[in-house]
Amino acid sequence: MRALAATLLLILASLSTAAAQQVPGNKETVEIGLSTDTIAITSGFRGTDLTVFGALDNADPLIQRQGRYDIVVILQGPERDFVVRRKDRFFGVWINAESVTFQHIPASYSLASTRNLQDIAVPKIFAQLALGVNNIYYEPMPDGFSSSASLREFTKELPRLKLKQSLYSQRPGEVQFLSSTLFRATLSLPANVPVGKHQARAFLFRNGEFLRESSTSLNIVKAGLEYRIYKAAHENSLLYGLFAVFLAVITGWMGRLMFRKD
Amino acid sequence: MGSGSELGIYLPIAEISVNIFVLFGMGAAVGFLSGMFGVGGGFLITPLLIFYNIPPAVAVATGANQVIASSFTGALSHFKRGTLDVKLGTLLVIGGVAGAGIGIYVFVLLRELGQLDLIVSLLYVIFLSTIGGLMLLESVRSMRRTRAGQLASLKKPGQHNWVHRLPFKMRFRASKIYVSIIPILALGAAIGFLSSIMGVGGGFIMVPAMIYLLKVPTNVVIGTSLYQIVFVTAFTTVMQATTNQSVDIVLAFLLMSGGVIGAQYGTRIGQKLRGEQLRALLATLVLAVGLRLAIELFVTPDDLYSIAIALAAPGAS
Repeated sequence: MRALAATLLLILASLSTAAAQQVPGNKETVEIGLSTDTIAITSGFRGTDLTVFGALDNADPLIQRQGRYDIVVILQGPERDFVVRRKDRFFGVWINAESVTFQHIPASYSLASTRNLQDIAVPKIFAQLALGVNNIYYEPMPDGFSSSASLREFTKELPRLKLKQSLYSQRPGEVQFLSSTLFRATLSLPANVPVGKHQARAFLFRNGEFLRESSTSLNIVKAGLEYRIYKAAHENSLLYGLFAVFLAVITGWMGRLMFRKD
Repeated sequence: MGSGSELGIYLPIAEISVNIFVLFGMGAAVGFLSGMFGVGGGFLITPLLIFYNIPPAVAVATGANQVIASSFTGALSHFKRGTLDVKLGTLLVIGGVAGAGIGIYVFVLLRELGQLDLIVSLLYVIFLSTIGGLMLLESVRSMRRTRAGQLASLKKPGQHNWVHRLPFKMRFRASKIYVSIIPILALGAAIGFLSSIMGVGGGFIMVPAMIYLLKVPTNVVIGTSLYQIVFVTAFTTVMQATTNQSVDIVLAFLLMSGGVIGAQYGTRIGQKLRGEQLRALLATLVLAVGLRLAIELFVTPDDLYSIAIALAAPGAS
């Protein structure tokens, strides 16, 4: 798989000076930085890993030696409304029957953490932070038809489908400390990653307690001829349609010219 | 699916990577068949695209686009030869545009309801099995007749039917008929509707309907049908592009260029090898495609649940 090698680097210099001014003790800070704010993916993009570097400063050396600092990094795509449908059988034919629409759902969600989430903190903390594929707030759109039981059922299916499409992923162990302060998080950018503004966030935990988070944003855009065609189809759809007709007429006509015997 | 990345091309609207040669070959094969049998081929292209994992909405819209290329040259040569009834064709176009407009509206509605894929498949199963079945029956019958030493007679004597009792009659000089415009507009509308929902030209329905219902002489039937198909599929393409953004120009171009080349060879072979056996072969192929689509409707899907971006919900502003 040839994939875009997108390695994003931390702006270390500014962080270490800021860290030096902090009082040691209970003042651990976490920072992540990206060397670019825009990634252009081409049409041949088959998915890749995105490496994010970060720094943990003012860490307590004792706690650090015990390995009790944990970091969770996520990359969250733009929010969209999604509809989940279930097929039922009618006269032998499988038909989309019940459906539930969910509002403001991140189109993609990639998580990397130092360990399994349940080893980092109790579930309640992750629920409060809405951190993790199963803790994202899935807001069903009220339609008056669906029972609360089916809302629960569809709410459970949504992350499963997203995980299946590789649009959501959780990778425990993919945040690694490179030194006492520097860490690296490997997130996944799937082939079908949505374009738009993505947000990278880092969460710092100590002894199962959430300390603080930092975030930065990343714009994912598509590049290349294919994307220009896509844009034309959506932004100048009338012109695009007329051109499609024109192209068909010309192709048919050229074929006739090429093969005419007389 | 093969991951031959070197031959892969990304379709901007279908949003998947496909193999150039598979699509070109698909266009060529269908073009060959359409040249050989004088059919548009849209009714084979769309299901084949669906089998190749192209989203049905894109397959239908692009199918209509592709049909223009194969019909345009045909219509042009019929026009030059004078085997085209422009007046009759224009009335069919007017009906067709209305039908296609309704079709697009239904298409959007079905897409929002998440039932588009099902309805497209169902329509194809019904049409392919009916047309394939009739063709097979007809070719077997004429094979028997040939064996019995009789001459195959296609045209029935011009008996008047209920169609000729309808009002608003109009005279069509090129076709030498005097007939009500109601069945003409209705036929045009039905074809236009199918064109927008199924991505077909509709010649396979239009030609028999014109012969048996309107009693149009066979020499102007093909030309007039092609004339209507060009305008209605062009209208459908523009409508699909503006309302659903589902016309994939790259996909259409691959299919068209394959189709145009295939059609040339098909026409040559078809002129040499005209026969009931060939027609029986096409009928079997049509039936097989229909059967394949039908099986997919009945087989339990791997995953009962599916997820899609919510389109503008009806009623919500």
